[in-house]
Amino acid sequence: MPFIPHTANDIREMLAVIGVPDIDALFDEIPRELRCEVLESIPAGLTEMEVGRLMEERATRDGRRLNFIGAGAYEHHIPAAIWAIVARGEFYSAYTPYQAEASQGTLQLLYEFQSMMTSLTGMQASNASLYDGASAVAEACLMAVRANRRSKSARILVPAALNPVYRAVLASITGNQDVSVEVLPYDARGGHLSTAALEKYRGEDVTALVIQQPNFFGTLEDVDALTDLAHAEGMLVIAVVNPTSLAVLKPPGEWGSKGVDIVCGEGQPLGVPLSSGGPYFGFMTTRMEHVRQMPGRIVGRTVDLDGKPGYTLTLQAREQHIRRSKATSNICTNQGLLVTAATIYLALLGAKGLAQVANASIERTAQLVAALTRIRGVHAVFDRPRFNEAVLQLDRPVAPVLEALTARGIVGGYDLAPHYPALGCALLVCATETRTAADIDAYARALAEVLDEAAAA
Amino acid sequence: MSEKLIFEHSAPGRSATAQYPEVAAEAAIPEALRRRTPPALPEVSELQAVRHYTRLSQLNFSIDTHFYPLGSCTMKYNPRACNAYAMLPGFLQRHPLAPESTGQGVMQCLWELQEMLKAVTGMRGVSLTPMAGAQGEFAGVAMIRAYHRARGDDTRREIIVPDAAHGTNPATATMCGCSVREIPSLPDGDIDLDALRAQLGPQTAGIMLTNPSTLGVFERRIREVADIVHKAGGLLYYDGANLNAILGKVRPGDMGFDVIHMNLHKTFSTPHGGGGPGSGAVGVSERLLPYLPVPVVGREGERFRWLDERDLPQTIGRLSAFAGNTGVLLRAYVYMRMLGREGMHRVSGFAVLNSNYLMARLRKAGFEPAYPGRRASHEFILTLRREAREFGATAMDFAKRLLDYGYHAPTTYFPLLVPECLLIEPTETEARAELDGFVEAMSAIRQEAQTEPDKLKGAPYTLPVRRLDDVRAARQLDLAWRAA
Repeated sequence: MPFIPHTANDIREMLAVIGVPDIDALFDEIPRELRCEVLESIPAGLTEMEVGRLMEERATRDGRRLNFIGAGAYEHHIPAAIWAIVARGEFYSAYTPYQAEASQGTLQLLYEFQSMMTSLTGMQASNASLYDGASAVAEACLMAVRANRRSKSARILVPAALNPVYRAVLASITGNQDVSVEVLPYDARGGHLSTAALEKYRGEDVTALVIQQPNFFGTLEDVDALTDLAHAEGMLVIAVVNPTSLAVLKPPGEWGSKGVDIVCGEGQPLGVPLSSGGPYFGFMTTRMEHVRQMPGRIVGRTVDLDGKPGYTLTLQAREQHIRRSKATSNICTNQGLLVTAATIYLALLGAKGLAQVANASIERTAQLVAALTRIRGVHAVFDRPRFNEAVLQLDRPVAPVLEALTARGIVGGYDLAPHYPALGCALLVCATETRTAADIDAYARALAEVLDEAAAA
Repeated sequence: MSEKLIFEHSAPGRSATAQYPEVAAEAAIPEALRRRTPPALPEVSELQAVRHYTRLSQLNFSIDTHFYPLGSCTMKYNPRACNAYAMLPGFLQRHPLAPESTGQGVMQCLWELQEMLKAVTGMRGVSLTPMAGAQGEFAGVAMIRAYHRARGDDTRREIIVPDAAHGTNPATATMCGCSVREIPSLPDGDIDLDALRAQLGPQTAGIMLTNPSTLGVFERRIREVADIVHKAGGLLYYDGANLNAILGKVRPGDMGFDVIHMNLHKTFSTPHGGGGPGSGAVGVSERLLPYLPVPVVGREGERFRWLDERDLPQTIGRLSAFAGNTGVLLRAYVYMRMLGREGMHRVSGFAVLNSNYLMARLRKAGFEPAYPGRRASHEFILTLRREAREFGATAMDFAKRLLDYGYHAPTTYFPLLVPECLLIEPTETEARAELDGFVEAMSAIRQEAQTEPDKLKGAPYTLPVRRLDDVRAARQLDLAWRAA
C-alpha cells in the first residue's frame, strides 16, 4: 500500500482497541445511500517508476526552446544552491509557523526576506508574501481603500499599460466590494502614463493611483511627477515593480518628494523558475503608518522567556483566524517555499550581483531590439527608455509569425493584439542575462526568414 | 541552538561572483530614475549562504522530521517523487505564455487532474486556478453570487456558517460583499436544523460547511440540510479542508453540494512549504458550470487548450496571473496517479483508523474526547478542561510541552466553542508506533501537570527558543533588520 505503513497485524490490533470488526465499520455514521463504491474513472495506481516514465515523456514533449517572452514572468539564471536547500524536508514539509518555537528556521528566514524587501523597495514594513503579482495588486488596492481614510470614493486609477492580466484579476477580486477601477490611457508615442492623463481628476475624490515601473510595455514611467501629482490630490500611490529592476532603478520609497504608500509586485524573477505559470509569489511593502492595514502574514522579532531573541508571527489581529468577517483579507497562507528561494537568491546575488543581472537584462534587450529592428518590416514602437522588454511592430499579424518561430525552436514574444488592438501588429519581446549574443542572432535570423517566407507567400 | 542573521555574516566587498552575469557597461538609465544607494542586501560567499540556510532549516519541525498531528491541516507524508517529477526541466523552463503547442504535456496532466478531481468529488466541472484554499473559497462564494445575480436575485447576500467554521469562511463572505450569520451546533456536534431553518430566507445566498465538520464528526443529516437550503433558494458550499476523511467513501456532489474547494496541499499531499504554496482547486455542480474561474483546460480531440473568457462568458474571471500554482498541481497529479483508484479509498480508511485508534487510546489513558458518543473522522477533539481545572494545565501548556517530547503540537483552541481543546489529526501515513509514542507523551505530561505544574508553564525547554513574547512583538514592532 503506497505510503501507508500498517501491517496486517497492526490493523487487527488497532481495530480491537477501537472495538470494531473492520475499517468499514468506522464509517457507519455516513448514511448508506450516500456511500460511493468504486471510482471507475480514476486509473489504477502506478509505481513511482511508471509515473516517472510518464512524466518524463510529457516534460520532454514540452521540450526546451529559446524564450523571448517576459510579460510578467522572467527567465533568469537560478543558482543551483537555491533549490537544493529549498527542497530540504525541513523547509519543504513544514507547516505555517504558528508554533513559533518549532518554526524558528522558517520565521527567521521570513524576517530576513522582509528585511531584504523593505530595503529593496525603500519602504519600512513588508509582509511575508502573497499569492502572486496579480493578486498582490488587487490586495494593494483593497488595502488602499482601508488606509486612505480621507477618501470616501473607493475609486482606483490604473494605467492601461498595467499588466492586463493584473487588471483582470483586480476586477475579479474587487468586483463584489464596491470598488471602482478606472483605466488611464498610455501616451501613444512613449507608451507611458503622462501627467496630462491624470489632470482631469484634479479636485476629485480618488482613493489611489497605481503606477507600474517598468510598465507592461517595458517602458519606464516618470514616477516622480506622477507620485507627486497623485499625492497632491489626496490619492495614495501604489507602486507595482519588478524586484530585479530595483537594483538599478529608484526605489518606490524615494519616488517624488514623499515616496509611495504601498509597493507590490511579482517575486518570480528572484530565483523562482517559470514552471509553466506557478507557483510564484507576490510581495508587498508599505510605510509603518499603514502596517495594520496590510494583508498577509507578518513576522516580528521579539524575545523569549530568557530574553533571547526569537521570531514570531505578529499583528495577527488583522487576520481571518482571529478577526473572522472583519479581517483585512481571507488570505491565510503566504508562498513560503518560493520566498525561501527568493531569500537565498538575494543572499547569493547581493546588491552588486542583482545590479549586474538588471544591467545585463537592459543591455541584452537593447541588443535584441537593435538586431530585430534591422529586419525589414520590424520597428520599435515607443521612444522612451526601457528595462528588459520592448514593443515591436511587425508588418503582418503576430500570431502566425509566433507559430512559425515556435517550429524553429524560438518562443518569440507575446502577441499584444488581443489586449491592445490599437497598437496593431505589436509584439512584446524580452531578453534577460540568460540570452546570449548567439541567442539573439538566432532569433533575428529566424524572424527574418519567417517574415521573408510570409511576404513571398 | 541559534543562528545569526544573514546580514551579520556579511562583509563589505565579499560576493558569490559565480552567480553574476557579465556586463559590458552600466546600462543607460536616465539620472532621475536611477537608484542612488544600493539596497542593504548581504554580501556573503556561496558557502556562507548555503550553511546559513541549511542551519535555519534545522531549527524547524517538519513532517520529514517529526510527527505532526495538526488538526484540520492534514500533515501527511509528501512523497519525494511528486517533487522530482514536477520539477523536470521541460515543465520548469516553459514560459506560461508560450504557445499552447509547446505545452501539451503539462496541459494533458492538468486536464487529467481536473477529471480525477471531478471523479473523487462527484462534481461536474473543476477549475484548478485558485492558488490556495482561501482563494478557492473566494471563487466558490463569488460563483454563488454570480449565479444569483444571473437569475436577477442579487438581494441574496447572506452566507450562513456554523459556529465551528474556519475563520476563512466569514472572511471570504465579506470579501464577496456578503454578510455572515452563524448557526449553533447541537451537543452531539451536528448542525441545529431548527436554527438553520430560522435563518433561511430570501436573503440567503448559501451556506458554507465542512463535512466532516471541524468538530471531527460527520454531519449525518447532510441530505436534509441540502434539501432545506435548496428549497429556500440557497446554494451549498463545501469547504474541502476535511476531504481526507471521506476520500473514496462519499462524495460532496452526492451529498448535495453545489460548489467545493479542495486543498491539494492537504488531501493530495502537496507540500505545505512552511506556509505555502497551497492550491485550492474548485469543483461545481451543473448549475454553477458557467461561472468557473478561468482558465480551465479543455480537450478537443487529442489537443488540449485553455478555455478563457471567450469560452465561458459568465465566468467570475481570473484569480491569478497565469493558471494557478501549476507546479503544485503537477505534484498532486503525480500523487493521484501513484495512488490510483484503490489508493483513494485507502487514504480515508487509514486516516480514520489512525484517528479512532488514537482517540480510543487517549480515552483509555484518561483523556476526555469532546464528542465521546461519536466516531472520530480523520481527526478528533480532546478537551483538557478537567486538566485545566484540577491542575491549572491549559491546552497551550500541553501543546508547548509536547514540543519537548518531539511531537508537533496539535491545533489548539480551535474550534473556539470547545473549551481547552486540542484538535488532533494523525493522517494515514503515520505508523502505529508513532501514535503510541504520542499517547505516552500525553500521559507523561499529565503526570508532570500533577506533580510539577510550573514545569509545563515554562515549556518548551529543548527548542531553539522558549516561549516568545507575542505582546512585545506586536507592541514594539521589529519587522526588518537595519544596518546599525
